[in-house]
Amino acid sequence: MAGQSDPHQSLFSAEEVEFIAEDEMVEIIPNLRMDALNFICGDFGPFFPQIATQVPLWLAVALKKRGKCTIRPPQWMSVEKLTQVLEAERDSQRMFEQLPFHYIEISRLLFDHARDDIPDVYMVRSLIEDIRDVRFHKVETNLETLTERAFALKINNLSAMEVNIVRPFVGRALQAFYKHDSLELIPDQERVSDRRPQVANNATRRHLRR
Amino acid sequence: MTSESASTPGIDGDYEALISTTDVELLKRAWRNEKAAPEILHFESALIQRIRGQIQLMEETVEEFSGSGIDPLSVSLYQMDLDRTQYLLRSYLRIRLQKIEKYIFHISNNSEVQSRLSGQEKGFARRCTEDMERHLEESVLSKLPDNYRDILKQSIISEENDMVPEPHLDTFVVCKSRRFLGPFQLDGSDELLEMKPDDLCIIHYKSIRERVQEGEIDLV
Repeated sequence: MAGQSDPHQSLFSAEEVEFIAEDEMVEIIPNLRMDALNFICGDFGPFFPQIATQVPLWLAVALKKRGKCTIRPPQWMSVEKLTQVLEAERDSQRMFEQLPFHYIEISRLLFDHARDDIPDVYMVRSLIEDIRDVRFHKVETNLETLTERAFALKINNLSAMEVNIVRPFVGRALQAFYKHDSLELIPDQERVSDRRPQVANNATRRHLRR
Repeated sequence: MTSESASTPGIDGDYEALISTTDVELLKRAWRNEKAAPEILHFESALIQRIRGQIQLMEETVEEFSGSGIDPLSVSLYQMDLDRTQYLLRSYLRIRLQKIEKYIFHISNNSEVQSRLSGQEKGFARRCTEDMERHLEESVLSKLPDNYRDILKQSIISEENDMVPEPHLDTFVVCKSRRFLGPFQLDGSDELLEMKPDDLCIIHYKSIRERVQEGEIDLV
């Protein structure tokens, strides 16, 4: 149902992240003639056999499923490019390589529905899985270095799915740092030994009502 | 987000982006921001109205098409586009309703937040508050000792409305800036932060609240 993803696990469910990714443009080679499509989300076509066109991913997958086109895998999904990226990821400890924001979702959708359109598909698939592992491991090790209250964290080039997975943990971790650090910063003006300073802010109300 | 009634369309690049952004893109942005933000944001009434109009038009078109013998492939593709847009719209409205239900008493006491709701949402909030008050009165409050019967305060001696849950504005959110943002101060610290387009930052929602409202920063 729309809007029903569990708010406690992660704001966006994996399906919702995929939904967002499905609007990315890819190139297809139709094998039929079709008039232009005037969608709410934009105009695409007209389609001629063997003439490449750019369409959103969801449309490409729909056409592919019905056998009406082949999908041209995006430039970055080649064995050479991905090997380069993997090397670079392994070499650097803190930096992430530039990859399309939705690379995980795009590659997953293409593997599921357009496997025969991808040259060296097994190699490509294993490269992407390795890249995912290296990146995720990097995120984990970098997060371990968070030892003090941070006001802002900059992580460039992280992809959508990675952000979504990491978000609940990082959010709560930074929140905990913030809360505990700020309580310490309250000066002990109240030198009354039998009373602990009460922080009257509504953030602590969390415990009363879930 | 007021990107349609552009507050600063002076820069050419921005203007280009404005005129070529589809309503669906804008709705998607509003939906993402609403999902990620801990508080309820301004209702995009102009955008929602346009989208509703487009959806209605498309529904009629699809009906015509399926009657008039246009190939079923095109019809099913139009239907898919329609479904996607409807999903965005429904999800957007549902998230807002969820937030209203969650912070029902906070909203009824706070006129600034109320101004962010649409007319229908205000009606919903009002009915929700009445129902909730009545329910709490009947099942719990009337059975408590005299000084503890208020919905909003824990007891008569409380100085503020401390039984009202409020949105946690200092949650950390992930965000991206669309433009180069000069150094700005982070809430509660002396540090300055600057953001380049496409930088991914995890920040206190409080620090970037106004910028999200104005459409300079998007939540991811």
